[in-house]
Amino acid sequence: MRNFLRFILRHHFTFLFILFELIAFILIVSYNQNQRAIYLSSSSKVAGDLFESVNNVEQYFALKDVNGELSSENAFLRSQMPTSFKQSKDYFSLVGDSASTHQYKYRACKIVNNTVRKHFNYITLDKGTRDGIKPDMGVLCNRGIVGIVIKCTDNFSTALSILNPRLKISAKLKESDFFGSVSWDTKSTLFSTLDEIPEHANVNLGDKVITSGYSSTFPEGILIGTVDEVVHPEGESFFKIKVKLSADFSKLSYVEVVENIFQEQQQQLEEESKK
Amino acid sequence: MISLIPRYLFNFFFFVLLQVLILNKMEFSGYLNPYLYVFFILTLPFETPGWLLLVLASILGLSVDMFSNTIGMHMAATLVMAFIRPFVLERFSPRDNYEPGTLPLPSYYGFGWFLKYAVVLVFIHHLFYFVIESFSIENFVKILIKTLGSTIFTMVMMSVTLLFTYHKKRRI
Repeated sequence: MRNFLRFILRHHFTFLFILFELIAFILIVSYNQNQRAIYLSSSSKVAGDLFESVNNVEQYFALKDVNGELSSENAFLRSQMPTSFKQSKDYFSLVGDSASTHQYKYRACKIVNNTVRKHFNYITLDKGTRDGIKPDMGVLCNRGIVGIVIKCTDNFSTALSILNPRLKISAKLKESDFFGSVSWDTKSTLFSTLDEIPEHANVNLGDKVITSGYSSTFPEGILIGTVDEVVHPEGESFFKIKVKLSADFSKLSYVEVVENIFQEQQQQLEEESKK
Repeated sequence: MISLIPRYLFNFFFFVLLQVLILNKMEFSGYLNPYLYVFFILTLPFETPGWLLLVLASILGLSVDMFSNTIGMHMAATLVMAFIRPFVLERFSPRDNYEPGTLPLPSYYGFGWFLKYAVVLVFIHHLFYFVIESFSIENFVKILIKTLGSTIFTMVMMSVTLLFTYHKKRRI
């Protein structure tokens, strides 16, 4: 300790200089617009690159889980191939022109930053406007819904995660088709709350909660979670349902961004009808 | 030493006011910006302790900053200059070192010595200031041209100031 103090005293000129210079730079970036802009943009670039490289390393440790999930999804998709259905010649089915009825486009993205422990949680994706991602697109993973894109730069986008009380998603019960809205109650990263299900609805524990398809962001029928607990608040005619989220937000790595090609058309029509 | 304080106090206010009231308003095609106020740091006595040098440099820079709306920029540049000053003085010292009681002025060590000493420090100050001003080294050539032009301009003005102020001293 004494040696350390002696060292500082001997070089007090240099240390004082560094201290004053630091103060000067703090003043510069906090009071000058131009310098501040340059400082912020470069620091956010550095931070973005850092998060990306850290994530690259982290991914190696998650490879096993990711592989497992991908292969299970492969199996699921294969099961949906036409060859896996029993062909019957007794009836014919109508096949629409795929070019004109293609409504949803999927783009695979990697998550470079993700928070789950904050009050308002956001996700950063590694693709941006250059890859065709725009605000208001939905984000899914193979286990269920993840969030909605809110902002994009050229190479990155941020999305509101479901674990963010600012996000409300239109949802319905798969078994009975009653619809309501899912929002996060900020308590646990595993659970969310489904509101607005009327009290005459028949809800069972373990029922699947899926997207309703009314919001124009998500296709219908994507899994959000399962019913974990049904509460009937006194004096209200709606259930308050605790939903166990199907996606595990603490280990997300690959997601898909879904684009509804007719979203603008639908929103425009809805706006006009409100007038 | 104590007797020098009023004179340096006057110098301080004189150069800050000269800088913010007159020199800052001069603009020659955007390339020549004289910063004469560094003259105050140049002429401080040889025996000035390091910490005082840095404190004075930051106060001087900050007061110029306050009037020219560039908080921190002049301060950073002047600090760099003050930090390098002792090393430059050591490098340019005469064979039998500086005599006690003298000041770093042409009246004591000749115009050639002062010019060498001043050009180095003024160049460093200006270079650092212009780099901070653009906050990037993308157009470094432009910064360098600006620095060279302004250094020459500042040196010319400094010579004129010296002729006015310190001529009498030499005769005594």
